[in-house]
Amino acid sequence: MSKKQKIVLARILLAAVLMIVILLSPVKGNLRFALFMIPYLVVGYDILRKAFLGVVHGQVFDENFLMAVATVGAILLGEYPEGVSVMLFYQIGELFQSVAVDRSRKNIADLMDIVPEYANLETGKGGIEKVDPDEVEAGSVIVIKPGEKVPIDGIVLEGTSVLNTSALTGESMPRDIGPGETIISGCINMTALLRVKTTKEFEDSTVAKILELVENSAMKKARSENFITRFARYYTPAVCLAALCLALGGPLIRMAFLHQAPMWTDWITRALTFLVISCPCALVISIPLTFFGGIGGASARGILVKGSNYLEKLARAKYFVLDKTGTLTKGVFTVTKIQPVGMSEEELLEIAAYAEYFSNHPISQCIREAYGREIDASRLSDEREISGHGVEVQYQLKTIAAGNSKLMHKWRIAVPESSENGTVIHVAVDGKYAGYILISDTLKEGARGMLEELKRLGIKRSVILTGDARGPAMAVGRELKADDVKYDLLPENKVDQVERMMANKYPDEELVFVGDGINDAPVLMRADVGIAMGAMGSDAAIEAADVVLMDDDPVKIPLAIRIAQKTMKIVYQNITLALAVKLICLILGALGIAGMWMAIFADVGIMVICVINAMRALNTKKL
Amino acid sequence: MKKTYKIEVDCAVCAGKMEDQAKKTSGVKEATVSFMTQKMKVEFEEDADAAAVMEQVRAACKKVESDCEIFL
Repeated sequence: MSKKQKIVLARILLAAVLMIVILLSPVKGNLRFALFMIPYLVVGYDILRKAFLGVVHGQVFDENFLMAVATVGAILLGEYPEGVSVMLFYQIGELFQSVAVDRSRKNIADLMDIVPEYANLETGKGGIEKVDPDEVEAGSVIVIKPGEKVPIDGIVLEGTSVLNTSALTGESMPRDIGPGETIISGCINMTALLRVKTTKEFEDSTVAKILELVENSAMKKARSENFITRFARYYTPAVCLAALCLALGGPLIRMAFLHQAPMWTDWITRALTFLVISCPCALVISIPLTFFGGIGGASARGILVKGSNYLEKLARAKYFVLDKTGTLTKGVFTVTKIQPVGMSEEELLEIAAYAEYFSNHPISQCIREAYGREIDASRLSDEREISGHGVEVQYQLKTIAAGNSKLMHKWRIAVPESSENGTVIHVAVDGKYAGYILISDTLKEGARGMLEELKRLGIKRSVILTGDARGPAMAVGRELKADDVKYDLLPENKVDQVERMMANKYPDEELVFVGDGINDAPVLMRADVGIAMGAMGSDAAIEAADVVLMDDDPVKIPLAIRIAQKTMKIVYQNITLALAVKLICLILGALGIAGMWMAIFADVGIMVICVINAMRALNTKKL
Repeated sequence: MKKTYKIEVDCAVCAGKMEDQAKKTSGVKEATVSFMTQKMKVEFEEDADAAAVMEQVRAACKKVESDCEIFL
């Protein structure tokens, strides 16, 4: 609790005790009135002051004014305990709300606890100085000790260590780091001292970018949030008007048509009850609080959402368009199959690796990496690289040819038909076929079953877009059970495809595009919601996308949808609950069944329930 | 030009009022107030003097919500 909140609490307690004492004492008449004014002013003087200032500045329907009118009205009618207790409960409600909001702010700040407090800057004379990260210039050398946060993005000069990236990605998978590698701010250095040359200033570093993104997310308001603010603008005046009608209309009708006594006091009490219920606070506070919780909860799982509006749209997503390479697949080519003829797999891999030794082609590198052992170049001679075909080399007195089927045709070697997904490297020894090695991009683990999971969450159609050829594209599409696969696309074709789909959907269905953020930026911006694989701090991804997955794991896509759906469910629960309770109280109040006591209980109670419900959005652990 | 200011405001309805006031002030193109983060983001008209405009925004906000504060 802040100091301000503690003072309010003290005033509430003091006023409550005073009121009970006065209620139990047998005083009557003017003295009783005077005594009741003490707790009333203790607990409500600031409301009265604000109400007065509001009227001076033309703010008639401000909540302070309503509370002031309701309580003063009750006191004028001689209902002293009602007047004091309404003010008392109103303040209790306000205090609770303020504490709850503070706590949720703090929770989110804790989740985003990535701000480095200091940096250890190396000074010219070999000393180390603790400075504010803001003061470190790009190109300086800093030292990061084990257990410290990486304050600024840079390149490691010295030291090998392990990084904990959980604050950024939500996963505690440790990452190895060594000299020459890029290091990203916000990670925690775990095991050994690192010397790092900074490449950016703090304000351009990953940490600063992420913080700015999360802080600004509250600025992009969702439709339901704007709806509530607009609603509040009409609700309060409408209820006040209804109160006036009740106060004047009730007695007048009784006198004019029913020829009964007007019962002014009774009707005015009912009107004052209306004023108590007219505060829209429960609604107005709980909706942004829910969205804020949802965004905070998502960021704890490594999903950065740039605004409440995107959370709302994700919950309504019906179409998913996904990029293949780098998004669903790792985008790294590896040997995925070795098919020897007349020798073992190891032998085939070994001769292929020797054959490819002199080539700089990426495919050659993959084969050498798969082989993994030192290559003794003295055993090789007469190497020839035939562009567009492959390589030929003399290895231990044998002629080895490794390449595509064109190379095999040249040697008049029959090649088995294959429908493999990827690039096939055939190998022949002395003109005899020895088998092939398959090199392909591998699916990310998290991509498996992901599209089916999305279907369960209500997605109508999923489409994979890729610049790749038909074979590998269809293979991935089949494996993931996508509804459609479009291949051989240039980046501008991808935009066309997405625009065509967007033209054919209903306006309240949203289209989500998932891409890697670097070459998909135009599509990310065009889609209703663009989700980028963040590649841990790629600026392009953070700029272009609406949602960034920090750890590039496709599993996070259905998770984001679940978080969005849960958040929206809570939003609708709160709107319905608050409106229903207010409406019931208004009806009961108009009929004279519910008095002021019940009205204030309902008003504060429903706010407490809505705020507690809103806080549930923050918890995304079990989703 | 866009700038973000720290604010202090106690209730969500009042934050909405501050947003309306800021939008109405001349020299302000667009303004958003977030009650949750206690921040006001203002986009100024071109050739507007941010400091002078913000003084007016603050005065206008104080009028509708006497307890609020904008830290300039």
